[in-house]
Amino acid sequence: MPDLKITTDLRTSPHLKQVVTVPQIMRNVVYALLPVCAYSVFAFGLSVLLLLITTTLTCILTEWLYCRLADKPSSLDDWSIVITGLLLALTLPPGFPLWMAAVAAFVAVGLGKALFGGLGYNVMNPALVGRAFVQAAFPVAITTWTPPFLPGRFQELIPTTLTQPFMIPPDINGWIEQQRVDAFSGATPLALQKFEQIITPLPDLVLGSIAGSAGETSALIIILGGLYLAARKMLDWRIPVAVMAGAIIIALPLWLVDAARYPDPLFVLFSGGLMLGAVFMASDMVASPVTPWGVWIYGLFIGMLTVVIRLFGGLTEGVMYAILLGNAISPLISNMTQPRIFGSRDS
Amino acid sequence: MKLSALFSGNTFQHGVHPHDYKGLTRHLPIRRLPFAPELILPLSQHAGKASTPLVKPGEEVVRGQPIAVADGFVSVPLHAPATGRVRSLQLMPSARGPKTMSLILQVYQGSSQKELYDHPHDLRQLSADEIIQAVQEAGMVGLGGAAFPTHVKMKPPAEQPVDTIIANGCECEPYLTCDHRLMLEQPDNLIQGLHLMQRALGVERAIIGIEDNKLDAAQLLQDYVSNDPTIAVKVVKTKYPQGAEKMLIKSVLNREVPPGSLPSAVGVSVFNVGTLTQIGELLPHGRGVIERVVTVSGDGVQHPGNYLVPVGTPVEFLLKQAGVVDAAHEVILGGPMMGMSIAALDVPVTKAMSGMVVLKKPEPDTERGKEQPCIRCGYCVEACPMQLNPSMLGMLATSADYTGMQENYHLNDCFECGSCSYVCPSNIPLVQYFRIAKSINRDRQETAQK
Repeated sequence: MPDLKITTDLRTSPHLKQVVTVPQIMRNVVYALLPVCAYSVFAFGLSVLLLLITTTLTCILTEWLYCRLADKPSSLDDWSIVITGLLLALTLPPGFPLWMAAVAAFVAVGLGKALFGGLGYNVMNPALVGRAFVQAAFPVAITTWTPPFLPGRFQELIPTTLTQPFMIPPDINGWIEQQRVDAFSGATPLALQKFEQIITPLPDLVLGSIAGSAGETSALIIILGGLYLAARKMLDWRIPVAVMAGAIIIALPLWLVDAARYPDPLFVLFSGGLMLGAVFMASDMVASPVTPWGVWIYGLFIGMLTVVIRLFGGLTEGVMYAILLGNAISPLISNMTQPRIFGSRDS
Repeated sequence: MKLSALFSGNTFQHGVHPHDYKGLTRHLPIRRLPFAPELILPLSQHAGKASTPLVKPGEEVVRGQPIAVADGFVSVPLHAPATGRVRSLQLMPSARGPKTMSLILQVYQGSSQKELYDHPHDLRQLSADEIIQAVQEAGMVGLGGAAFPTHVKMKPPAEQPVDTIIANGCECEPYLTCDHRLMLEQPDNLIQGLHLMQRALGVERAIIGIEDNKLDAAQLLQDYVSNDPTIAVKVVKTKYPQGAEKMLIKSVLNREVPPGSLPSAVGVSVFNVGTLTQIGELLPHGRGVIERVVTVSGDGVQHPGNYLVPVGTPVEFLLKQAGVVDAAHEVILGGPMMGMSIAALDVPVTKAMSGMVVLKKPEPDTERGKEQPCIRCGYCVEACPMQLNPSMLGMLATSADYTGMQENYHLNDCFECGSCSYVCPSNIPLVQYFRIAKSINRDRQETAQK
């Protein structure tokens, strides 16, 4: 009998591995985001396309720079940076000046992610950190909305898009007047509701024929993307559901008491960035709790806070701050909701 | 009944579903392996104190003869697996790492290897204590892999009376089918062993728990015990780690063993079906454990199968017999989820070794294997059958807070099933972190006591 000549590897158990990797998860989130991006480009035109490219490229460059400076192996191949880039663009107004978008992207990755040590260590959703920064820095540009489906959207850019760096963007109301064929106004459904008590019809909200941030247009496509990810177990379905439930918990009683003053729950769900935030941002794995109860508390908190900010705060939209606050308290929630150990009465 | 009980029939919460690869061997009848020229017999093949040798180098022994006696209650004797001559008593490599004192037995190749040593018992006359003593004398240990002396488990603390015996036929580890084959081929021995166990423990009720990927075995045993009201067969969901004692008790009886307790705390004793089968086979003759069924499987093996292997057979001999492909690159003793890969092939088959899995190098896939930061996806939290928080434990481990892991995050309730590492998309070796943390804590405790 010949001698055995095999070289063996020593590994620790388990020796089998479920082959789902972080890059796979992140890539699938990108796939789910692409239809949202595509529809946004279809609705708002070339400006959004440039916006998406600008934020994504700036994010990638910033991450690359960070890896070089920190002397770490490149983390570009985990794809998470692309998500940040796309999500950031989707939270901005379609005609947002590109140089400001680049600033937002730089802050998102630099301040929101790299400073904490890169993927896995960030406390808050990086895209929203960038968004919050430009919300404070450029309050006018971030609230300058354009109506969707302008006829010339594939021929010309929204005038604000190519604003020179460090210049104030031009006023675009005149341009919108000139472009507009019907009665579309540039005001978002939330602003219409808050200041003029006009409720945008639900089909418009679901299909996205409304003004708003690039990505808060079609709730339908966002939900489909979310279902895809949830089916592949790459998204914790409990978080979006909890966010929506939280929003309804606050909105429904108010609406029942005074329907004239407060919007109906469906309007609350489908307007603004709630859907995009619930499906793609609140569910960011890194910044959300992992414990079973924690997930529900976190989601409910975000949903409820969003509606409170919208209805009682000075801003028309509250999703961003609600999620950032939710991110901030998520370690606390995790700590307070440790799972019950098998066989014990309490945790 | 609590509401949750309605939804928790025949399984436990969480767990994972690895591909089982049992199709390689589940249809293959058990075959006897030839004797290796030399057998390596560690004096400690069980948890507890090593046995004391009875024979000296140069002495001749016959197959089945006791060659080492138990040293105290938590210890078992050792029997000669073949007729031959004791060559030496020396330190030999073991799969676990440190060298252990072992008897080397030169097998007489010309011998008929008839089992000459016999010490028959009249089963009907045996009292409970005599059965327990006979089980110890047989050198019986948990054959599922735990290697804990069986007779010790048969004496639960008096203040924790046992009302149910569970025969563990789950075999939840992928690749392994030795218990499955035993249930199909030796149901009479299994039931015999179970009856003896019932008498020794004075327990009326016994349940055989089998995963639903072995319905043929469940059906066969069901037919076998149809006239016996004390034994029931319960089919449980196929899910890893269904075969872990605590999980199986939950699945079969919906009882949860409290943290840090033994199954007797909820009135249960669990025995592996392989152990019971051997008890049923050996006790009537008063023989000892000298061979066991080992599943040899994996894509690195030319002839996968279930082999009846003499204890002490070198792994290398077993590998040659089963044929190994050139590309083989990892040899795992036990199942692939909890088993141990070995560096050298000169270690022996021991009583508790249920399988040997030989794997080729995995397909080159650059994404796999590279460790990445934890992204708190929560997969591990959803996988942990003990409902721990492996993600948090892993982060504490990287910051070397071993005390915090134990005190605040229940490190010691982890039984190292590996489900967390299995699902981790960042390829973090979580369970290995936990093993290290536990052993550091143990060392610290020992130093503190000194």
